[in-house]
Amino acid sequence: MRQDHLISASQLSRADIEAVLDRAAEIDGDPAAWGDTHDRAVLGLCFFEPSTRTKMSFDTAIKRLGGTTTDMGSVDSSSVKKGESLADTVRVVEGYADALVLRHPSEGAAKLASEFVDVPVINAGDGAGQHPSQTLLDLYTIRENVGLDDLSIGIMGDLKYGRTVHSLAEALTNFDVRQHFISPESLQLPRGVRFDLHQSGAQVREHTELDGVLPDLDVLYVTRIQRERFPDETEYEKVAGEYQIDTETLNAAKDDLAVMHPLPRVDEIDPAVDATDHATYFEQAHNGVPVRMALLDSLLEADQ
Amino acid sequence: MSDRELRVSKIRNGTVIDHVTGGQALNVLSILGIDGSEGLGVSVVMNVPSDRLGRKDVVKVEDRELSQSEVDVISLIAPEASINIIREFDVVQKNRVDRPESVVGLLSCPNRNCITNEPEPVETDFTVVEEGVRCTYCGTIIREELADHIDPE
Ligand SMILES: [Zn+2]
Repeated sequence: MRQDHLISASQLSRADIEAVLDRAAEIDGDPAAWGDTHDRAVLGLCFFEPSTRTKMSFDTAIKRLGGTTTDMGSVDSSSVKKGESLADTVRVVEGYADALVLRHPSEGAAKLASEFVDVPVINAGDGAGQHPSQTLLDLYTIRENVGLDDLSIGIMGDLKYGRTVHSLAEALTNFDVRQHFISPESLQLPRGVRFDLHQSGAQVREHTELDGVLPDLDVLYVTRIQRERFPDETEYEKVAGEYQIDTETLNAAKDDLAVMHPLPRVDEIDPAVDATDHATYFEQAHNGVPVRMALLDSLLEADQ
Repeated sequence: MSDRELRVSKIRNGTVIDHVTGGQALNVLSILGIDGSEGLGVSVVMNVPSDRLGRKDVVKVEDRELSQSEVDVISLIAPEASINIIREFDVVQKNRVDRPESVVGLLSCPNRNCITNEPEPVETDFTVVEEGVRCTYCGTIIREELADHIDPE
């Protein structure tokens, strides 16, 4: 990847994506061979928001490349609580690390951080903005299961605030993919993401119901609709119930439909789906390590 | 003296911004950061008939010559504006405004959750796109309501 940082999926070309996915496949085939590729490299973990999964995945990835991590800890125990700016925090952590992974509740935080440091910054989620490393593992999983071209994907749930959705939708514009967005009207794609999709000439359709489009899909990417997005409980229950899937819903789907989810799920996917061939979400989660190893390898390599 | 002369009485030195979209004169002043406290002579004429625009505003600022970058930002709310630099009662320079590529430090991002609304040491930065301007940090697009987001500093 000829990039210094990974801030947004919109910065990724098809060639960038394929290079990371190819390397991830290589790593996946023989993980042990990569054990000393980045001996003693230090990855700075700056998580301003609680996250277990993404943090563990980056932690494992750098260690399997021979490196180690330094962790700023939780926000409660750090200088941030004393009112330190993000710009100051990352300039301090830069002194301890060869690359930074940043999760932050504000949109644009990773871009801001990248303007203040010389080491690569990876955006591991900025508010309702972007989550591009998740997208790389999503794309890897899609490629392994159904291929990345001539594909229909349904992306369902909270499309307005869902950062994994924003990154995935923008990255998919590099491929021959028909994108269907399924959500309640109040949680449709934000203007900025629509603008990017429009600019890249993507084939985009929006729906408020899954039924009509489900039989055409090769991939169904489900995301969580959060309670706090709705003014009251009844409204939430009513809306969220329409975007949950179970084995009965999937009767109308193609046999080889891959159901994905960035996890953690709550009740969007009934546990009975886990036993079907559609369930791809645990495989997707496992792909996080080889894909993040490939990403770290390319960013650290480029930075040398 | 006719009405017309009263409205557009000449200034000795400064800038006359003509052909401002009707109703936008006060927004032009706030883009320029002029609120009267600077002691500059300022005259504003609003909604006068114009052959080209139907109705137009005119803004005159005495003893101040505008830079090209200040002028270009005006184009976002007054695309037809012309800028006349006046010295000793003569127009020494007349320019049309051009759409700028970006707008730095002038607007505040309407997305309350944008990092630029936190106390960080950065200026806001908007890219000018087809349908408005777009925050380079969070991607939020401001369209017609642009003048509402001018940051009064
Ligand atoms: Zn913003």
